[in-house]
Amino acid sequence: MSDTQPLALEIRGLAKRFERPAVDGLDLGVLAGEFYTLLGPNGAGKTTTLRMVTGLLKPDRGSIAVFGIDALADPVAAKRIMAWVSDEPMIYDKLTPIEYLDFVAGLWTVDSATAAARASDLLNWLDLAPHAQERCESLSKGMRQKVALAGALVHDPKLIILDEPFTGLDAGAARLIKDMLRERVQAGCSVVMTTHILDVAERMADRIGVMAEGVLIAEGTLDELRRREGSGHATLEDTFLALVAKSAVE
Amino acid sequence: MIRPGTTLWLARHEARLSWRDWIYLITGGHSRRVFTSALVFIVFVLFLHALAYGMLGSSAVAGMADKEVLLVITGSLAMSSSLMLSQALESVTRGFYARGDLDLILASPVSAWRLFAVRIMAMAAAVAAQSLVLAAPFVNVLVWRGGARWLGAYAVTIALAMDAVAVSVMLTVALFRAIGPRRTRFVAQVLAAIIGAAFVIAAQFAAILSFGTISRPAALQSAALAQFAPDIGSILWWPARAVLGGPLALIAVCGLSIIALAGAIATFAPRFGPLALAAGAVALDTGTRRRRPARFHDSGPEQALRRKEWVLLLRDPWLMSQTLMQLLYLLPPAFLLWRSYQGSGGASALLVPILIMAAGQLGGGLAWLAVSGEDAPELVASAPVSRARVLRAKIEAVLGGIAAVFGPFVVALALFAPFSALVAACGIAIAAGSATAIQFWFRAQARRSLFRRRQVSSRLATFAEALSSIGWAGTGALAATGTWLAVIPGILVLAIIAGAWLISPVRSPSFV
Repeated sequence: MSDTQPLALEIRGLAKRFERPAVDGLDLGVLAGEFYTLLGPNGAGKTTTLRMVTGLLKPDRGSIAVFGIDALADPVAAKRIMAWVSDEPMIYDKLTPIEYLDFVAGLWTVDSATAAARASDLLNWLDLAPHAQERCESLSKGMRQKVALAGALVHDPKLIILDEPFTGLDAGAARLIKDMLRERVQAGCSVVMTTHILDVAERMADRIGVMAEGVLIAEGTLDELRRREGSGHATLEDTFLALVAKSAVE
Repeated sequence: MIRPGTTLWLARHEARLSWRDWIYLITGGHSRRVFTSALVFIVFVLFLHALAYGMLGSSAVAGMADKEVLLVITGSLAMSSSLMLSQALESVTRGFYARGDLDLILASPVSAWRLFAVRIMAMAAAVAAQSLVLAAPFVNVLVWRGGARWLGAYAVTIALAMDAVAVSVMLTVALFRAIGPRRTRFVAQVLAAIIGAAFVIAAQFAAILSFGTISRPAALQSAALAQFAPDIGSILWWPARAVLGGPLALIAVCGLSIIALAGAIATFAPRFGPLALAAGAVALDTGTRRRRPARFHDSGPEQALRRKEWVLLLRDPWLMSQTLMQLLYLLPPAFLLWRSYQGSGGASALLVPILIMAAGQLGGGLAWLAVSGEDAPELVASAPVSRARVLRAKIEAVLGGIAAVFGPFVVALALFAPFSALVAACGIAIAAGSATAIQFWFRAQARRSLFRRRQVSSRLATFAEALSSIGWAGTGALAATGTWLAVIPGILVLAIIAGAWLISPVRSPSFV
């Protein structure tokens, strides 16, 4: 991590326990303008971590800061600059994409002129314009996910948090979303994303964090992870599996 | 060992699913509650028997086949039939549109004809079972007080269930052919709601015209109706005669019902497969375009939330039909109100409790949709809006809906009975507010499509909501007459609401 760049997300000693510890004293930092991918096997605590960051779950202990705002003390201020996209599109079947974006803009108090302009750009970019006046119930899974992503971007967040956003998407839709996310990062936005598609992480992430059993077991660029694991030119898949296997033995 | 793919094998599959569904409905998915649920069920059945004895104890002995008795029995059967038909119509529509395991079975080599034959029979069994639960206490009292001849009532109930399913199957298929799968879904659901309430409402209209009250038995016992009724030898009395144990009538009624159901199965079961596939394609159809392009609003979170709640409700025909069912019962009081303009104003006090109770029921349903039936809870939770502001906006959406529905009634009432209108307005607001509060305290996230099963998530909430609505209605009835005694039921209802709050999960630190 650079010492000069501000932190978009700073997590310290974060813990959450259900029947067993799901997140266990996690420390994690994401730089402003960085694409950070969180990897880990099922049950590693990735989604629980992101849900705590977005205010959907209350942590047992620890701290979360979003661009310096204490997300636990002032969740409304932190949410104002964040967006959350889950693997299940959070949309309403009986609303059209335009109405959905109007609703989300209302929740984030975006004025109508700005919201309309951003919505128009997003719908065109995501190839949703021909379906803008159709109810979401008639859209495919991929289109619904694109509507959800448009909703996340209509209020121009500084930090986008995505949990498995490519689940069930066709190649075209996945490419569109990847392009859009990269463009946002180039524009200064920060992205934190979990995925099981290691190929996506390998191509898109500036840095990768690997979680297992509620803690961060490795973090760095792909090259740093390879060096750490001594795997030379191995793929991320090989490196990831070796890291997780090593963590399980320890 | 039953051979896979046979009718019997499919029947066993359906029976197992229905049984587990029923157990879930009773226990709410908590296996430890089986004993408690069974105990509550037994107490409920005993209560129904006591109620039935109170209502029928003496008439059972005097159950002679005169015109007045035949009229009362026929009226009761017609009322039961309308409810059965409503339930059957709903089941048949669900059979077409709820995908469930339909895609799996239709894609398998098992005969679709067999599957739908079994499903139609299962619908008849379910409708009969539910009707028997309600009818059995009354029939048992009649058998105990009037002799075994009343056992015919059991057979007639089952026969009417078969008729209801046969008619529903024919009606739904006819609607499919006439107006297509998309409209059939809406029309059948609205029809189910209207038919379910139609007879009760018609009887209330007749009672108002005859006596100026809304008591149903009064209408069935009126001399005017007896005068219009057919001769005692008419074939129309057969179902009533069958209930009274007439052997020929019993054989005829049961025989015709079996033929009707068998005919419906033989004729329509082979056509169900293609129709179900057509219904499935409705979900893939992209025909729901808005006529006017939507525009963006300059609104804050509260306004956006309120608008969203109203739009979602107005665009869901199924939810509208469920809500419509409750509102239909307001038609008789509206008629009574209109009649009150023409002379006596004494009926105004009678309207107050009806309006308050309906508001409580509607408020509870709308609050469930707004709070527990939120389809994108994480979107709302991740928005920069405090939980208190979200809840306040949703309460305003519910109370706004209540005001839109009940406002005209209160205004009309105020024109000739201002004090009653004031009591009704206060009672409506308090009953709807109480039901809404109970729904908030017991909220549990669920899909909106589970609206009909919302009571499963918390029976305590259901009872508290019902008792609150009834209690406020009683309080309003007394208050409208100007007596201070209204304070007593009012305090009791407050105690019930306080009790609901004390035991609600909202007080738990882990509740979100």
